[in-house]
Amino acid sequence: MRIAGIIVFWLVALAFLYWTRRSRNVVFWPLLALACLLVFNLFFTPQFFRLELREGSFFGLPVAQLYGVPIDVLNHASKVGILAVGMTLVIAVGGIDLSVGAVMAIAGAMMATLSVQLELSPAVCILAALGAGIIAGMWNGFLVAVMGIPPMVATLILMVAGRGVAQLITDGQIIIFNNPILTSIGNAFLLVPVPFLLMLVLLIVTWLATRVTAVGFLIEAVGDNEVATHRAGVSSQSIKFLVYVFCGFCAAIAGLVQTSNIRSADANNIGLRLELDAIMSVVIGGTAMTGGRFYLASSVVGALLIQALTTTMYAKDVSPVVAPVPKALVILAVCLLQSERVRRFLASRRDAA
Amino acid sequence: MENDTFLELKGITKAFPGVLALDKVSFSAKRGEVHALCGENGAGKSTLIKVLTGVYPGDGGKIGLDGQTIVPTSPRNAETKGISTVYQEVNLIPHLTVAENICLGREDRLAGVIRWRRVWKRAAAAIKRLDLKFDINLDAQLSDCSIAIQQMVAIARALDIDAKLLILDEPTSSLDDAEAEELFRIMRTLREQGMGIVFVTHFLDQVYRVSDHITVLRNGELVGEFTAVELPRLELVSKMVGKNVEEVKKLEKRVTFTSVSGRKTVVSARRLGRKGAINPIDFTLNEGEVVGLAGLLGSGRSETANLLFGVDPADSGELEIDGRRIRPDSPARAMRYGFGMLTEDRKFSGIVPNLSVRENIILAMQAKLGPWRKIPSRRANEIADQFIKALDIKTPSREQQIKNLSGGNQQKVIIARWLAVHPRLLILDEPTRGIDVGAKAEIEGLIQKLREEGMSLLLISSELEEVVRNSSRVIVLRDRTKITELSGDNLTERSILEVIASQAKDDATKETLKCE
Repeated sequence: MRIAGIIVFWLVALAFLYWTRRSRNVVFWPLLALACLLVFNLFFTPQFFRLELREGSFFGLPVAQLYGVPIDVLNHASKVGILAVGMTLVIAVGGIDLSVGAVMAIAGAMMATLSVQLELSPAVCILAALGAGIIAGMWNGFLVAVMGIPPMVATLILMVAGRGVAQLITDGQIIIFNNPILTSIGNAFLLVPVPFLLMLVLLIVTWLATRVTAVGFLIEAVGDNEVATHRAGVSSQSIKFLVYVFCGFCAAIAGLVQTSNIRSADANNIGLRLELDAIMSVVIGGTAMTGGRFYLASSVVGALLIQALTTTMYAKDVSPVVAPVPKALVILAVCLLQSERVRRFLASRRDAA
Repeated sequence: MENDTFLELKGITKAFPGVLALDKVSFSAKRGEVHALCGENGAGKSTLIKVLTGVYPGDGGKIGLDGQTIVPTSPRNAETKGISTVYQEVNLIPHLTVAENICLGREDRLAGVIRWRRVWKRAAAAIKRLDLKFDINLDAQLSDCSIAIQQMVAIARALDIDAKLLILDEPTSSLDDAEAEELFRIMRTLREQGMGIVFVTHFLDQVYRVSDHITVLRNGELVGEFTAVELPRLELVSKMVGKNVEEVKKLEKRVTFTSVSGRKTVVSARRLGRKGAINPIDFTLNEGEVVGLAGLLGSGRSETANLLFGVDPADSGELEIDGRRIRPDSPARAMRYGFGMLTEDRKFSGIVPNLSVRENIILAMQAKLGPWRKIPSRRANEIADQFIKALDIKTPSREQQIKNLSGGNQQKVIIARWLAVHPRLLILDEPTRGIDVGAKAEIEGLIQKLREEGMSLLLISSELEEVVRNSSRVIVLRDRTKITELSGDNLTERSILEVIASQAKDDATKETLKCE
């Protein structure tokens, strides 16, 4: 039964990989890297695939919970995955948002402070935190789209100032909270961890919102040639503004997840350096830093790949001090495989042979 | 003067996804000779030049220089082998000075320190060899110089390298007549000094002005090599488009206009202007009429168009559509009034290069609908297919990336983008620039068809012939000011030139050649 399950999983995975290759889907390369990593673990890290079904509860209701390393990967990748969804759209318009980590801290600080100091209801706390993220996004969008400041500089401002703002909100304290609803965001399970479900829902909703409407098309057009798109009557300013606001919103969700997960708002450490992981996920996913075509699901796969790498490294007892090196090498390989120049080189070698 | 062949291209082949851009093309060049490369858009001229200068690797064939086989890997690499190229868009470094650009990458050094005095002297020597009638300031920043000067700097650079072969790819597209004349004089001087020159251009007159030999390409294939004096102009055109001479004669016929009086006014401008762009100007544009805008480079033609379309909004005067006051302050707003505009620089502000032909066609339509209501994909496909067929756009499929199409076909896609939104006023800024004779005739035919359907058109072109041929009324601009309006029997190329030249002929020449 177990063996059959494993075989079915790998067959489905292989078929999916084959399909993405056939349809020249960009998600192929990050997926292939992820699959290779899993195969490596299948052989060399026996405990990696040990899954366990446990009894658990979700607000009093009995629900099953899956435990195991792959589930940990999904759980931990969710924060970066959520960030990557927003970051993909920002990068697609030719921008970048360095402030997402700081915005995570602001959102977390907002939620915790309102809940503990003002004893507001959880729903209000969550909405206020999301609102803070949206306002942060509007600030970035204003600087980039309206004032015309280069995105790197504009978002650097909030990246630096954001943690200060978060400190102001928490009054320099680490605020610990116990509200069951707030702590469940980052800790509860509905068979799989709630953060993962949040990421999945965000991905699907974003995909629908960009592809069922023309927003995705216009984002790609603005990212590919902003001047031409503007001259064709598209308000490129509002498109850019919109994606920065959305990116701030995503950062706030990620902030809620992490704050909830550690049950405290630590303005100095929440979301620290995650902006770089998010950018990396998008790049691995195949969206060009210069803007244009974007691939949401592929970015999320990129986030999963980064986390799977990290987890594998821990499972193999690689010291956390040197772990970034092999991680960087794998990421480099994926990026190289996506580079036009390397592909052309490989193609010419193949033709010559 | 030695007349031996020293550049030999044999059986050059190059394929792009879905297109065979070059099919076993051969080409040769001799010392001390100007060799013109002619062909329609998509004939493979640019591709041939790019293979020769190492921008793309060729898929087959041999390049021989001075009897040795060479494989250029990049334009810089080709330069070291003695092949220097001057593009339409000059590929020098805008923020460096003229002298730095001429010697860039080969500065004289002493222990790693650049010896600026020597660099400066070398640059001056190279410029001197051009034998110019005016001075070029070696310390001027390149971006402050006119395109003509920038091209001359690029040529001077070629001289400093001791290039054996100079390739001029559409050098005159952005030049006015006086500037082009100066360029031809330089070409003749260099030819006498024994340099081989390859000249790519769309202007057939210019081919005959300077060329000794003509090689014609069509659809990526070699049609033949001819001696310029033995190939009459009409025959050259017929070889380029692959039609016989009689058919070509028909293409060149001038359109006759029915009377335009009594037509309904669509747009009227009163004292419309913008500081630093165009002085207050009055004009009206009517239904079913093509109005031309003529003037030299920098006379305010594109500025007027940008004013109307809200790219650089007016800061004075009034604009009315159907008697209603309007203020187009952005292209999006202008589109709501029923304006459309084909921009001058296709690459910079026309195409969205990595998106498909379909997406490029529906872009303006989608912009008009706003981001939330998407055009259903079946409808988008229909629209794209319909325009690909109607305008005879040559593309393997509607999903092809537009950057893989030839210039003329890209231009047709952008026209389709505007036709899809049914504008009342369509502004065409240089619609046939960088486009071959065949596509040009098609686009001109289209302009007349749209006029007959009642559209109002504003046509800008630096080719007076084209403006005169297609417009029933021409607004003549000089120094950012409207001088006069010509129509009916008064409207000839000669009359326009006379108006432009009436006062400030010398000033105009100096103005455009000067390094600011």
